[in-house]
Amino acid sequence: MSPLFGRRTASAERSRSGDNGAPPGAGNGRARIIPAGQPDRRAENWVVACLVIAAMFAAGFVVGYAMFSPLALPNEYLGATLGLCFIFIGIALTIVAKRLVVTEEIEHDYPTEHPEAQSEIAQMIHESGSRITRKKLLLGAAGLTGGTLGLAAIAPALSLGPFWNTTPLDRTPWYRGRRIVDVDGRPMLADEIFENTFYSGFPEGAPMDNIGSPIVIMRVNPAQLRLPAARRDWTPDGIIAYSKICTHAGCAIELYRKPTFPPVEPGPALVCPCHYSTFDVLTGGTVIFGPAGRPLPQLPLYIDASGYLRAGGNFSARVGPGWWNVREKPIYGTY
Amino acid sequence: MSRLITALLGRRAGRIALAASVLALGLAGVAEAQPELGIVRPIHEPAHASVQLGAELFAANCASCHGVDGQGIYKRPRPGAGNVPGMGPSLRGVGAQAADLYLSLGYMPLGNIHEQPNQGPVRFSKKELRSLVEYVASLGPGPGIPHPDPKGASLSEGFQLFTLNCAGCHQLAAEGGYVTGAKVPPLHSVTATQIAEAVRVGPYLMPRFSTKQISNAQLNAIIRYVLYTNKIDNRGGWGIGNLGPIPEGMVAWWIGIPLLLIACLLVSRRFRKA
Repeated sequence: MSPLFGRRTASAERSRSGDNGAPPGAGNGRARIIPAGQPDRRAENWVVACLVIAAMFAAGFVVGYAMFSPLALPNEYLGATLGLCFIFIGIALTIVAKRLVVTEEIEHDYPTEHPEAQSEIAQMIHESGSRITRKKLLLGAAGLTGGTLGLAAIAPALSLGPFWNTTPLDRTPWYRGRRIVDVDGRPMLADEIFENTFYSGFPEGAPMDNIGSPIVIMRVNPAQLRLPAARRDWTPDGIIAYSKICTHAGCAIELYRKPTFPPVEPGPALVCPCHYSTFDVLTGGTVIFGPAGRPLPQLPLYIDASGYLRAGGNFSARVGPGWWNVREKPIYGTY
Repeated sequence: MSRLITALLGRRAGRIALAASVLALGLAGVAEAQPELGIVRPIHEPAHASVQLGAELFAANCASCHGVDGQGIYKRPRPGAGNVPGMGPSLRGVGAQAADLYLSLGYMPLGNIHEQPNQGPVRFSKKELRSLVEYVASLGPGPGIPHPDPKGASLSEGFQLFTLNCAGCHQLAAEGGYVTGAKVPPLHSVTATQIAEAVRVGPYLMPRFSTKQISNAQLNAIIRYVLYTNKIDNRGGWGIGNLGPIPEGMVAWWIGIPLLLIACLLVSRRFRKA
């Protein structure tokens, strides 16, 4: 047989294993190619310990991600847990490679088609694990680490939305009679709403950072409005309000385009700066461009006796970005 | 001749007659060898700016869209100079503010009514521009040219106000961008006066902001910030156009990571030889 393996040829190996009086190769009756190594229980203990520590770090990531806000637990620390997890996996694998697996070096390239050499290599791989005494324990530790790491990989899916209790998404702070205030908390007068511009509004006395809170308010020519019949009374003197949260990915709608000369320019529309979803102001927030899947929710308005703007009820549809079943669920309540 | 008509018929009638006659002259000129976007000028242009000169220039270059006497053409496009269909908004009451903005940016005259006015070369001389602004201001009472004073204003307040009101379209570093249906211009070569005018006028699809929404003091702060973005201090090195995360990500993926891969290959090659 030609010497396939330079430094330590297969035939030399056979003779050596024969010299040592070691039992012949596993099961198939052939002589061992690789000498059986001494079992090393201390190294095995270290490997198991490293894998368990790695699993603990991965579990720490999951818990940290699920339980703490980014303010309480900055991303650097979250990242560090994953980094340490990988470092300990690396240490474990290094110990396995250096201390537990009997290695055999091949100096030349593998032969292209050589059935006998291939079966020899398979045998070598099989035999290289011969030093391991507690295979199940090691495999269990590796499985534990892999499992928790897998959990850590899917943990960020928690950010896609509440999984168990979605009712907060169904409610908004708006109800009939709630006054509209500007960003500084001053109630908005209908007379102060002009055409050709837009205003941000919030429910009086409610948290501004609730996803159902912010609205955009515009004044348009009432004659140009083409709203569904049910919304006829929602726009006093042409003042119209929509949720400020895009129905695609939940960005704040910051762009309002209005034509200077309507005959040749595109009509008034709200545009989301993230992906350019464009909502027609005159037709009730219908999507005329972009990835948004449903119209912008409209807020009914009325003007009270003192001239202040008030909500006439809740939104026309669910507020916020699209998620599973968003179309199928019935409409919310108020808090 | 125009003075004679004015003297005989009074100022308003004189203006219309003058406009008509100059328009006719202008059309004659166009018929000869006018470029589509050329400016039609009176043959003997007076030495100084005047409403009179503005009226003549308006009649020849603007009236085909904005109508004689600036009342606007709304219903159906009317063939104007060079047989280009013309229609446009009324200019009565827009004041010197809007006229100065549109003319000094090169937005007007517009070659095609369906196009967005874009920043371009100013086709009128300073004298002509002043005359036209004076003439448009004379069409009806309207806001005058603002005089912002951004020097003493707060840069950080300007940054916050710009983020809140302008950056949605113009981007944080005033690089411009897009809104569906229009291009949002970058604000690199604009003057303080033009910024103040644009905020109050709201050209094309831009909303207009009243002093209730943005006070003059706040406007000064915004102008200070916009002028500051013209020479941004890129202390970290390459600014990559100051366009934000998308070009930065492209640089990371297409330049940074290939460089790292090359470094890896070189390192491994050295080890293989050793």
